Amino acid sequence: MARNPIELAGARPGPPFEITFDGRTVTALPGQSVAAALWAAGILAWRTTRRGGRPRGAFCGIGQCYDCLATVNGRPNRRACLVPARPGDAVTTQQGDGHER
Amino acid sequence: MSAEPYDLAVIGAGAAGLAGAVHAAGQGLSVALLDDAAQAGGQFFRHPAPALKAGRPQALHHHWSAFRELRSRLAASAVDHLTGHHVWTVTRDGDLPWAVHALTGADGEEQRPVCIRARALLLATGAYERQLPFPGWTLPGVVSAGGVQAMLKSGLVLPGRRIVVAGSGPLLLAAASSLATAGARVPLVAEAAGYLGYARHPGALAANPGKLAEGALHAKVLARHRVRLSTRSAVTEVHGTDRVEAVTVRRLDRDWRPLPGTGRRIACDALAVGHGLVPRIELATALGCATRQAPDGTSVLVLDDRQQTSVPGLWAAGETGGIGGWQLAAVEGELAALAVAHRLSGRPAPARVRELRRRRDRMRRFAEAMGAAHRPGPGWTHWLQDGTEVCRCEEVTAGSIREAVAELGARDARTVKLLTRAGMGWCQGRMCGAAVACLAAGGGGAAASEERRPFAVPVPLGTLAALDEPN
Amino acid sequence: MSTTDSSDVIVIGAGVVGAACAYYAARHGLSVTVLDRGAVAGGTTGAGEGNLLVSDKEPGPELELALISLALWRELSEALPPEIEYEPKGGLVVASAPEGLPALRKLAAGQRAAGVKAEEIPPERLPGLEPHLAPGLAGGVHYPQDAQVQPALAAAHLLRASGARLRLGEEVTGFLKGASGELKGVRTSKGALHAPYVVNAAGAWGGELARLAGATLPLLPRRGFVLVTEPLPQLVRHKVYSAEYVADVASGSAELQTSAVVEGTPAGPVLIGASREQVGFDRSLSTAALRRLAAQAVALFPVLARVRAMRTYAGFRPYLPDHLPAIGHDPTVPGLLHACGHEGAGIGLAPATGLVIARLVTGDKPPLDPGPFGPGRFAGASGTSGTSGRASTPR
Repeated sequence: MARNPIELAGARPGPPFEITFDGRTVTALPGQSVAAALWAAGILAWRTTRRGGRPRGAFCGIGQCYDCLATVNGRPNRRACLVPARPGDAVTTQQGDGHER
Repeated sequence: MSAEPYDLAVIGAGAAGLAGAVHAAGQGLSVALLDDAAQAGGQFFRHPAPALKAGRPQALHHHWSAFRELRSRLAASAVDHLTGHHVWTVTRDGDLPWAVHALTGADGEEQRPVCIRARALLLATGAYERQLPFPGWTLPGVVSAGGVQAMLKSGLVLPGRRIVVAGSGPLLLAAASSLATAGARVPLVAEAAGYLGYARHPGALAANPGKLAEGALHAKVLARHRVRLSTRSAVTEVHGTDRVEAVTVRRLDRDWRPLPGTGRRIACDALAVGHGLVPRIELATALGCATRQAPDGTSVLVLDDRQQTSVPGLWAAGETGGIGGWQLAAVEGELAALAVAHRLSGRPAPARVRELRRRRDRMRRFAEAMGAAHRPGPGWTHWLQDGTEVCRCEEVTAGSIREAVAELGARDARTVKLLTRAGMGWCQGRMCGAAVACLAAGGGGAAASEERRPFAVPVPLGTLAALDEPN
Repeated sequence: MSTTDSSDVIVIGAGVVGAACAYYAARHGLSVTVLDRGAVAGGTTGAGEGNLLVSDKEPGPELELALISLALWRELSEALPPEIEYEPKGGLVVASAPEGLPALRKLAAGQRAAGVKAEEIPPERLPGLEPHLAPGLAGGVHYPQDAQVQPALAAAHLLRASGARLRLGEEVTGFLKGASGELKGVRTSKGALHAPYVVNAAGAWGGELARLAGATLPLLPRRGFVLVTEPLPQLVRHKVYSAEYVADVASGSAELQTSAVVEGTPAGPVLIGASREQVGFDRSLSTAALRRLAAQAVALFPVLARVRAMRTYAGFRPYLPDHLPAIGHDPTVPGLLHACGHEGAGIGLAPATGLVIARLVTGDKPPLDPGPFGPGRFAGASGTSGTSGRASTPR
């Protein structure tokens, strides 16, 4: 019986690569979205809400809810569940509307 | 982009769109297949990106061989499969061909908008999950059941190790079964409906033995992993400060009202939740297509015998005409393709149309029986506290929505939105629409949200500014 | 006739104009019932941007009404809760090319004479007022009196503060009349309501309602699209628009006209309005209108090019041939008053309209001469005489 999804799907991806989340190194697999890479690292939240400042992350997982908005390489409001992770990506927790004041 | 319009543009490359595209091409039509994802498959057949080199993608799917066949037919066809195309609107000027406007890129971020022209249009845009809010549902670790499936199927990841599954509908069993198979512990599946609902439609059940077999398969997997299924139960509260630590599960009465004194706390680090699916029909409603309320309480497109909407030249297949699953979607996609070919070529419709219609009607009956059984009961609003956020984007609480209805004169989702901002945020009411429609109607149940969304996805102003002059 | 079914005034329409009529009628001691076939702010009010403008009005009766209204809105902002989002932010009208300046100056001079504050802004001072404005504009005029409210909330709170009886989801199906044709009330989908005065505040649908009462009002819808962006920090401080807008407002053309008014909102999104075209009540998306709105907004504020529009919606301005609202007694149906036809200025003009209506009902002196707004002014021009209008029967 599979202990994890990688084994279950018989995945043999190429070598993992590094991205950063708020400056901390996170390992991603080729073919994973930013959200998947963060989940794999146990990170569930990468945005704070505009009013309450509450943490949010992926919810619908299919690009419909926009709860997973993240700032990727300085660009705010990217849907982390759709954007593929690329080596060296810098993901930062998006505060509020994500735009500089 | 070709100067000559396509015969057919298909929007959505799930089961319905794939079937529609390959069968239309088989009829000799020129076809563009637009989809926002990088690979065909839609939600049901979502699978890992090639770079993950999954040797056993079938381990996450029950019907992988059916998808493999559709995919190889697509590869062998002359269909132009346009991946990473996010259609934001569809327009038509008089008798000119349809103009399908799309943004490109993984999340539509590329500054390269396109416009595809086609004589006929097939909408196969699928569905997203219906959500009913409850205290704590915005905590990280609470994920839609379909979202957990999608992240697992495409990224091979899980949101936690101990995952409660809750809500209503057949997707819950599928999700619990995949999660358990992929190594998660699933302490409980809480289903708000009583499965007895199906028994009222024995005819529809008997005519669809495949669906029973599928259910039995899930049941077997769940038994093997010692997953408990509680019907007439719901997660009515999530506990935790910055992420999920536990949930409270309560028994429900027939109307989905929680029974006092039945709460029990279950420790977990994630919750997968959903209450059925909602058709994605905004491209069609923006064109004025007629809708009807399906037995599951959602608003779906009115279609004729051959899948055409009330707007001539616009066909739809799959979930857009009512939630029914991938097999029904594939049949409808093929039926629509034959209908379009018949319309454009004037040749007589093939005899297969009759067989397809028979299969469609049989599966549709079953789907509607199932939808009725899982239709939210009016008592679900008793899960809400005044401080419970209903609109996740704009952080609008149940209390302020109730105030807008009781004190300020809101009577429908639109006026609730105007007076509270519920549904005005990034998702444009997709997540809160079902709940807001219920609260606006002053009670529970499943009021269909009739909101129009002229933009199916957000569009950069620069893109709008650069649109071609005519159309 | 039960007592709960009668009041001094029935207001038909729970938009901002109906709400203001109810508010001021109640403050004049009248008992008021407000009826709407839909919800509060369900029509044009809910599709508006909440403009309280004097800058776009040429000297004349409408400007006079707008100035009184602005003063009333200032009072209301103290009386009503902060949720109405009253913001006296000021307007900035800019000319993109030097050729546009003379007309702008001339308009401003006339407005000043009528009591409007208008200050010419040379090009080098534009960035101080609006840091993100495109470079190279020829200049502009600053109108500190222009303001904004959130229209739906403003209407809802006005109605709540009025204390009027509110009957929503109830459609007027006919009018009750006495022996000499005077109004006695209305028939609705739910029964009969009695009142000696009925106010037609049905906005873009006011023409239909007038016909139902046996009156004539040549009211047409003029469609407008508004674009709403993603939430942003404050990029736009004033209501900013180009000088061409005033010409569009005053035009009677049925063709599509656009001149973008760009403004921020307290909630974050930037609003971009408003195209104008006469296409009946057709809500279908016009990519031509959206393209021009977006292009004009980006031309004013280049920073908006990468900002995403999250939604767009159409609204229908109630439009009368001479661009003035109809406020006052109907010339042929005693007891019927009109308060509609405010085109794109209904939010701004609502309080003064409500005050005029209340005073006309009580017989007090209105705050200005209501003559120019008299509904009787169309009696000859429309080709329908008063008597033939009266002869028609309610549907």
